[in-house]
Amino acid sequence: MTGPLDYLARWPLRLWLAMVGAFLYLPLLALVVFSFNDSKRITVWRGFSLRWYAELFDDGELVAAFGNSLVIAAASTIISLILGTAAALLLWRFRFAGKAALEALLGLPIVVPEICLGVAFLVFFTAILPWPTELPWPANLGAIIIAHATFSFSFVALVVRARLASFDGALAEAARDLGAGEWLIFRDIMVPHMVPGLVAGALLAFTLSLDDFVITFFTSGPDTITFPIKVYSMVRFSVTPAVNAASTLLILLTAGLTALALWLQGADIAKQAA
Amino acid sequence: MTKGLPIIRFEGVTKCYGKVVAVDDVNLEVREGEFFALLGPSGCGKTTLLRMLAGFEVPSEGRILIDGEDVTNVPPNKRPVNMVFQNYAVFPHMSVADNVGYGLKVDGMAGAERARRVEEALALVKLDGLGSRRPDQLSGGQRQRVALARALVKRPRVLLLDEPLSALDAKLREAMRTELCQLQAQVGITFVMVTHDQDEALALADRCAVMNRGLLQQVASPSDLYEFPASRFVADFIGSVNMLEGRLVVDEPASAEVAVAGIDQPLFLDHGVTGAAGTTLWLALRPEKIELHKWAEAPPALGDAPAGRNAVAGTITHVAYLGSESLYEVTLPDGQKLKALRSNLTRWDQEDFALGEQVWLAWHACSPAVLLS
Repeated sequence: MTGPLDYLARWPLRLWLAMVGAFLYLPLLALVVFSFNDSKRITVWRGFSLRWYAELFDDGELVAAFGNSLVIAAASTIISLILGTAAALLLWRFRFAGKAALEALLGLPIVVPEICLGVAFLVFFTAILPWPTELPWPANLGAIIIAHATFSFSFVALVVRARLASFDGALAEAARDLGAGEWLIFRDIMVPHMVPGLVAGALLAFTLSLDDFVITFFTSGPDTITFPIKVYSMVRFSVTPAVNAASTLLILLTAGLTALALWLQGADIAKQAA
Repeated sequence: MTKGLPIIRFEGVTKCYGKVVAVDDVNLEVREGEFFALLGPSGCGKTTLLRMLAGFEVPSEGRILIDGEDVTNVPPNKRPVNMVFQNYAVFPHMSVADNVGYGLKVDGMAGAERARRVEEALALVKLDGLGSRRPDQLSGGQRQRVALARALVKRPRVLLLDEPLSALDAKLREAMRTELCQLQAQVGITFVMVTHDQDEALALADRCAVMNRGLLQQVASPSDLYEFPASRFVADFIGSVNMLEGRLVVDEPASAEVAVAGIDQPLFLDHGVTGAAGTTLWLALRPEKIELHKWAEAPPALGDAPAGRNAVAGTITHVAYLGSESLYEVTLPDGQKLKALRSNLTRWDQEDFALGEQVWLAWHACSPAVLLS
């Protein structure tokens, strides 16, 4: 039997793969393992314990930061989903002057260095639109939500646009022929086709928001700490396995969501290939 | 069901895309209850004509009437016509039953009544019991039936079919032809089909319109199209033909003689041609209407002399054995080639007409179609 993965049977290649794997994942593995370490010091193994996880949940500030992160992620996902889908539909459906420019601009937040975006938002929110931080929670998170939606809506737009490229216009015509108007065509034919793209885009936006550090760092204030920012400040204060535990949770969450997004897109591609 | 009352009328319909004229001043009537085919090579405007009937395109000029009502500017979702799309356009995220019931649902029909109508439509296309299937669990033929049921369930005044059989394999296509005919007779709805496949059009349609470069060439029954083509384009497009260009020499009321370059005898016709002597005309002669005779025999005389006598000598330069028949290419002394089709009536006699044999080609004086354009 010969297959495309046949070369894996040869030992030098297996060794190579193992080394690549180790290089990529050993640090993460160490982080996860030491989050279960029953020791105050991060470097010496003293046995298995869940005490750092318990400590995390006792830390009111950390839990609040996590709550902030979830709210910001959810809100920015909803905003970027609406804006991104609208942009994708616009680019797919219509021809207009400046379309190519708009398409390029849409990708800009993806390629511009995050640090630049962060500084830009800092300037924007101090000089042009100072966001009132004394607002009641969660309205005080508005600035961060806007910042996150700004970069993640590009990703949503790209994913949904890619999905729309495979839409068969004859389906819309068939629905129209059967008596459906524009709204029904959109609701009954277009949206079901877009669903995998919408879900993948939403998961992407959620994940990006959840683990964003740089842009958040420039837009957050003392009362609007997010989870990654909090972890960063914990490291500055003291390096305890609690940091490991917090990071492990973040890894689990983002890896899980990313896997879900990939799986949804993969299932979609497999379906089209069939 | 009375066939004959016009249900669709195209009045001077023209469609331009920029400077390209896709459909050029078409005047056409389709009759109630008939199976009508729009036939022509790709790019001839037949699909544009169909899409204008469905409402997806708006004519640049002219009017379209359905049941005497001007629908030229009526959008597709408000027309009493439904369409079966070329690749069926079955909604992939809906079950078969939901696909078929979609049009009724959009019309606001209640669930129970809708389910009954869907069942009925599925039975009509022999998909009973498959209502809960997903489209990706269906074969191409079944998907086409879903598309048919989905359009028929709305009981349209006219059913439009865009190349309905082109996506099926040869065997299935043959079977579907018969079934489409039966289906049409059963529901009694007017069918308008677009096809580039002349066999399909001839086999299915009551009447065909042949189009070329946006212009309507001829509208006639399949047999009239084949036996009495109106122009060289139609004669050539429908079936296979030997086209002989000649000059009118003798024109009597009941007979005529035509001189063809390279054939050193006049060719006889058993009817008169209205035209001055010397007029250029074309004889369209179908291969199956040319008989092959062995060289050893005297030049065959067919029918009453002199009108019956058309026999020319030639040499077989190619034989395509097709099983039930053979197609011979016979080269005349001046080098022009004629195609003759001969049924293999016995299991041996094709040996008499082997490659390189000299033969007589003969045809009745009534066989060629005389074309002036």
